[in-house]
Amino acid sequence: MASKNMMNEQMHEQMVELSNIRKSFGKLEVVKGIDLNIAKGEFFSLLGPSGCGKTTLLRMIAGLEVPDDGVVVINQQSMNGVDANKRPTNMVFQSYAIFPHLNVGENVAYGLIKQRLPKAELRERVDAMLKMVDLDGYYDRPSYALSGGQRQRVALARALILEPKVLLLDEPLSALDKKLREQMQDELRRIQRTLGITFILVTHDQEEALIMSDRIAVMFDGNIAQLGTPQEIYDKPVSRRVASFIGVMNFLEGKCISKNKTSIVVDVESLGQISFPRDIIPEDTSLDQLCVGFRPEMFTILYNKKDKAENEFSSIVKNVDYYGDMSYYTLSLPNSDKDIMVSMRNTSGRYVYDLGETIRVGWRSSSLLVLN
Amino acid sequence: MKKPSVFLFTFVVIYLVFLYAPIMLLPLFAFNDSSIIAFPLSGFTMDWFIGLMSEKTLHRALKNSLIIAVTAAVISTCFGILTARAMARHDFIGKRPSFGLIMAPLFLPEIIIGVALLIVLIQLGVSLNIWTVILGHILICTPFSVSILYSAFNNMDRSIEEASLDLGETRFGTFRRVIFPLVKPGVIASILICFTISLDEFVIAFFLTGVEPTLPVYIWAQLRFPSKLPSIMALGFILLLISLILLAVFEYYRRKSEKLIGKS
Amino acid sequence: MALRSSFGTKWKRSFAGWRLIGGPFLFGFLLLLAPLFLMIALSLWTQDYLDLDRTPTLNNYRDIFSHPVYVMLIKRSVSISLFVTMVTVLLAFPMAYYISFYGGKYKAIWLFLITIPFWTSYLLRIFLWKIILGYNGVVNSSLLSLNLIEEPLSFILYNANAVVIALAHAWAPFAILPIFVSLERIDRSMLEAAKDLGDSAIRSFFRVTLPLAMPGIISAALIVFIPTIGDYVTPKLVGGKDGLMIANMIQVQFSKANNAPLGAALAITSLMTVLLISLGFLFFNRRYLRKQTQ
Repeated sequence: MASKNMMNEQMHEQMVELSNIRKSFGKLEVVKGIDLNIAKGEFFSLLGPSGCGKTTLLRMIAGLEVPDDGVVVINQQSMNGVDANKRPTNMVFQSYAIFPHLNVGENVAYGLIKQRLPKAELRERVDAMLKMVDLDGYYDRPSYALSGGQRQRVALARALILEPKVLLLDEPLSALDKKLREQMQDELRRIQRTLGITFILVTHDQEEALIMSDRIAVMFDGNIAQLGTPQEIYDKPVSRRVASFIGVMNFLEGKCISKNKTSIVVDVESLGQISFPRDIIPEDTSLDQLCVGFRPEMFTILYNKKDKAENEFSSIVKNVDYYGDMSYYTLSLPNSDKDIMVSMRNTSGRYVYDLGETIRVGWRSSSLLVLN
Repeated sequence: MKKPSVFLFTFVVIYLVFLYAPIMLLPLFAFNDSSIIAFPLSGFTMDWFIGLMSEKTLHRALKNSLIIAVTAAVISTCFGILTARAMARHDFIGKRPSFGLIMAPLFLPEIIIGVALLIVLIQLGVSLNIWTVILGHILICTPFSVSILYSAFNNMDRSIEEASLDLGETRFGTFRRVIFPLVKPGVIASILICFTISLDEFVIAFFLTGVEPTLPVYIWAQLRFPSKLPSIMALGFILLLISLILLAVFEYYRRKSEKLIGKS
Repeated sequence: MALRSSFGTKWKRSFAGWRLIGGPFLFGFLLLLAPLFLMIALSLWTQDYLDLDRTPTLNNYRDIFSHPVYVMLIKRSVSISLFVTMVTVLLAFPMAYYISFYGGKYKAIWLFLITIPFWTSYLLRIFLWKIILGYNGVVNSSLLSLNLIEEPLSFILYNANAVVIALAHAWAPFAILPIFVSLERIDRSMLEAAKDLGDSAIRSFFRVTLPLAMPGIISAALIVFIPTIGDYVTPKLVGGKDGLMIANMIQVQFSKANNAPLGAALAITSLMTVLLISLGFLFFNRRYLRKQTQ
C-alpha cells in the first residue's frame, strides 16, 4: 500500500542489506542463500534453534566470517573485502569477551584509544557510557571482580561507545538468570530507543525475541522461515514448525472436504467442519493433509451458565499448570484421546479449576489457523 | 578429614628423609672445615666459598653456561609460542605428527638425542662449540615451553581476539594489546624453566661441548679430584639456592598466567 | 581478513598453521629426525680405524648380539631400569596417596616440598649418594657409631644396588606427580559410595582407587623407565664395574674406542629395546584395563 515515495524512502532507510548470502563449513551448508533487509533504527532479531545459522549470519555481518557467496551491504556500502575492524558494526559476544588484564574503564575505552583523544575527554566519555549502562563509578573495577550481568554491560558499553551504525548481539542474555535477563531485556530496549542505533540480536529464546524486537526473522536450517513483526509471527505463523517454535500451540489434523474460489471447508479433528477463507491459507499447503492450530489463549472457558460462544464443548480437566497470573488447563478433545491446552488469565475472583472437574470450552472458527 | 594410619605417616616421614638426605649434605659439607667429605664434621668455614671466587675455569664454565642457557631459553620459548599457538588455534594437515616430533625429545633418552646430534655434526664436519650445545638444549627445552604455553593459549577465550578486531584494532595491535599481555606470564615461566633445564643439563652438553665446558661438565671434571670436592659442595649449595629462587619466581609467574587466562 | 578463513580445502587452510609451526618443526626435523635416520645409517657402516666404510652391513648388529658383553650390558640396563621403575613407582604411590587424600589445603606446599631436592644439579645429587653410601660415608659412619655393624658395608656402593637407590631417588618427583594427578581426579564420592555399599577400606582401595589411579601409575612408570635405560651419569659415578649400563658403553664407542658405527648400533638397539618394552607395557595394560572395566 506504500506509495512510490514511501518505497523510495524506505529503500534509503535500509541499514543492512543481505543478498543471497551463503556459507558452508566443509561439507555442511550452514547459511543457504539468505536475502534480508534491516531498516535503520530497527531492533531486529534472528531467532532459531541452535545450528540454524543465525550466529554465522551475524558474524558475516560483523566481518568475522566471509560469505562464500552473496553481498553484505551496510549503510549503502558494500562490505566485500572490508575487514571486521573497518566495518561500522560492533558486537557483543556471547561470552562477553572482556579483556581480563584490563579494568572496566580500560575495557570500555579499548576501541577509542586509536582516536587519540585527550585524557580528560576520554575519561568523560567512558564515564558517561558507564552511567548509561548502569555501571556508574565502575571505572577502576578489575575485570575478574565482575558478575555475569556486569560483564555483559561492560561488553555493551565497550561496543556502544564507538557509536556503531549497527550493534550486533550474539545471545547476550543466555548466561543470565531469569530475573536479570528480564531486566536486561528492558534495558537493551531502552538503550536502543534512546540511541536510535540499529540492533541485530541473535537468540534462541522466542520470548526474548517477541519482547524486544521490531521485527523477527525465524530461521531454520540456514533459511529464513518467516519474517515479520512479533505479532505477525505469533498470530500468523506460516508453518507448523514456526508455530511450534514460538509460544505454545495446539495442533489438530484436518482434511479438505470442499473448496471454491473464496473459501474451503475443512473437516477438523474433533471440532467438525469449518469454513476458512482461502486467503488465510499459506502458499504451498497441501490441501489433503492440513494442519490446523490454535493458541491456548484463543479458546475460552465458559464459567457461568449464561456464558455463550460460537461453539462449545465440555471436557474434563486432566492437568492444571498454575503460573500465578495464568492457568493452563490440559483437556481432551471431545470424542478423542488427543489433549489440548487452554489458558485463562487468573483475573481477580476467577475460579481456578481442579483436576477432574468438568469445564465448558468455547471457541470461534476465527481462533483457528491453517498451517503448512 | 580423617587421619592417616600410623604406617602411612611413618612411611611419609621416612620417605621425606630419603628425599632430602642428599641435599642436606650440601650445606653441611660446604661449610665444613675439612677437605675430606666424611663424617665427623670438623668445624665451620667459609673458605670453600671464598675459594670459588678465584677459580678461573669455574668462571669461564659459568659464563658459557649462562650464555647457553639464556640463548636456549629464548629460542626455545619462541618455538614454544609458535607451536602452542599453532596447536591451540589452527587446524592443519600433519598437525599431530608435527606436534609429536616437537615433543619427542621428552620421551627419548638424552643420550640418544646427544649421540644423534653428535653424529650429524661430525658428518657435517662442524666443530663442537657453544652453539652445538645450544642446539641440543633447544631440542629438549622446547617441549617444556610448549606445554606451559599451550594451556595458556588454549584456555584463552577466542572471542577476545575477535572482540579486539571488532573494536577496530589491527591484527598486530591485537597481538600487542591483548594476546601478548595475557601470555606474558606464561612466556616468563617458560624462559625460566628452560633456563634452569639448560643450566643443569649434563649429558647432551657432555657430548656436544668442545673446548668450552658448561658448568655441569666442569663439575663432572672436578669430581675426580678429591681435593676439589668441598668447593664443589659449596658451588652446589649456591646453585641450589639460585634454583630455589628461580623456582619461586617461576611458580609466581605460572600462577599469574593461570589466574589471568583462567578468569577469561 | 576473517579469523576463520573460508578457504575451500584443508590444504589452503593449513597455511596459517604451518606458517607458525614451520620453524620449530623444521628444527626438530633437521636436528632430531634426520639425525636419527643418519644414526640408523651410521649403524650400518663400519669404522676401520680412521676410515669410515660406507657399505651397508649388519656387522655391527651381529657384533652386538654375538659378544656377550654388549648383550649383558643391555640386559643389565633393562633389568636395572625395570627394577628402578618398580621401586620408584611403589615408593611414590603411598607418598602421592598421602598428599592427595590427607594433604588438605597444603597440597600445593607438599608438592613444592617434594620438588625442592630436585633443584640441585643432577650430577651433584648422584655424587652425594656416593658420599652417603661410601665406605666412609654417612650410612656407614652412622651405623658404625650406633654399633649396629662392625665393619663398613661395601655392598651398597659401586654396584647395581647403588644405581637403583640413586635413580629411585632421582626420579621420585617425576613418579609422584602423575600418580598424584590421577588420584586427585578420583571422585571422592565414589569411594564414599563404596564404603556405603559395605566395602572395607582395603577392598575399596583395590576395587576403586587403584584401577582409577592406573593411568597415573602407567605414566609414572613410563616417565621413569624410558630415560633410565639411557642414563649415563649414575652408573658412571656409583655403578663401579658391576653397575655400568649401556649408555656408558655407547659413550666409550664415541670417544676412546673410536667406533662410532658400533656406538650408533648400540644406541639404536637400546632405543628399540626401550620402545618395544614400553609398547608391550602399554599393550598389556590396555588389555588389563579393558578386563577391569568389564
